[in-house]
Amino acid sequence: SLPKSLNKRESERKTADFFIFRSSLTMSGNKQEEDPRINGIKTKIRVVPDFPKKGIMFQDITTVLLDPKAFKDTIDLFVERYRDKNISVVAGIEARGFLFGPPIALAIGAKFVPLRKPKKLPGETIFEEYELEYGNDRLEMHVGAVEAGDRALVVDDLIATGGTLCAAINLLERVGAEVVECACVIELPELKGRQRLKGKPLCMLVEYR
Amino acid sequence: MFAVENGLQGDPRLQAISDAIRVIPHFPKTGIMFQDITTLLLDPVAFKHVVDIFVDRYKHMNISLVAGVEARGFIFGPPIALAIGAKFIPLRKPGKLPGRVISEEYELEYGNDRLEMSVEAVKSHERALVIDDLVATGGTLSASINLLERAGAEVVECACVVGLPKFKGHCKLKGKPLYVLVEPSQLDEVTF
Repeated sequence: SLPKSLNKRESERKTADFFIFRSSLTMSGNKQEEDPRINGIKTKIRVVPDFPKKGIMFQDITTVLLDPKAFKDTIDLFVERYRDKNISVVAGIEARGFLFGPPIALAIGAKFVPLRKPKKLPGETIFEEYELEYGNDRLEMHVGAVEAGDRALVVDDLIATGGTLCAAINLLERVGAEVVECACVIELPELKGRQRLKGKPLCMLVEYR
Repeated sequence: MFAVENGLQGDPRLQAISDAIRVIPHFPKTGIMFQDITTLLLDPVAFKHVVDIFVDRYKHMNISLVAGVEARGFIFGPPIALAIGAKFIPLRKPGKLPGRVISEEYELEYGNDRLEMSVEAVKSHERALVIDDLVATGGTLSASINLLERAGAEVVECACVVGLPKFKGHCKLKGKPLYVLVEPSQLDEVTF
């Protein structure tokens, strides 16, 4: 079940701009039962303290990939949500977005587009800069991969500050796609990344406080 | 060994896969005809063909572990692992994996690079498949085989979407069989 603090915040929220999976996938009613598969996924995430540097509690999803059922459940939850939403492209953020995006894309019959660090994509690209703690980085996408009118889903393993996801949304919108939603396995809500998604909804499975 | 040499001669899926791969000349440097699989990923039918062919081959081989080489191995490995009920292990550039890792050096044209694997991810005697998008020198795959064997796994096969023609026949990498779907595409085939 959801932690008490989250329930209170949700009732205060005026617009539901995020979704937590419920067993019935409806938004109605006060009953907020978590899909039973979520706990199985949550227990497989390994938290590694002080990685990559001191003070960071790293959310390691590789341990989810070691459990075929937990990995399958993760993909199934997203596929169930998106299969009837006419998504034509799934964009995955390098590198851990590549682990979750393609299985979702394959299951819903969508294209998969990798969004990559600079100089990895061989063809003509467009790029979007985003801020790191110190300095900037860039996300690149192949020109022509996504077309105007494409309905896009952006996938990454985790949302922290939302900087990378925001850059991804920008890339897709610049070529005329409509970003329908962002999907992450894990959210770090205290970093408020959800507010940096240009109004796009976020779907996540597990939050870490 | 190529798929056409092993039961898939005339399978139209192989032509569809080959047609969907874009050639970028002189990337990352002059003389290299880069095999761009991102166009394959834009074709859901062709992408599914790749996964289906690998799944058909490996689903009855008792593979418990699929290891994918960063980053394009992350695109092909997980769908195969999911379909055959195996775990997926990412083999990564240095410093990316948390926890205890082992690392293996391999040669580049100029200098070396390293591949890392989480040491706790592998159990002894597991049957492993290594996957990457393309095999050229075999350096990365050899490093991958070394990592898995050092952790006690048995590498059953290495699988790639694209491979240089020298890997025809019973060519092996460190004694392990190699299975490849298609040869490199030529220029003047697909563009977006």
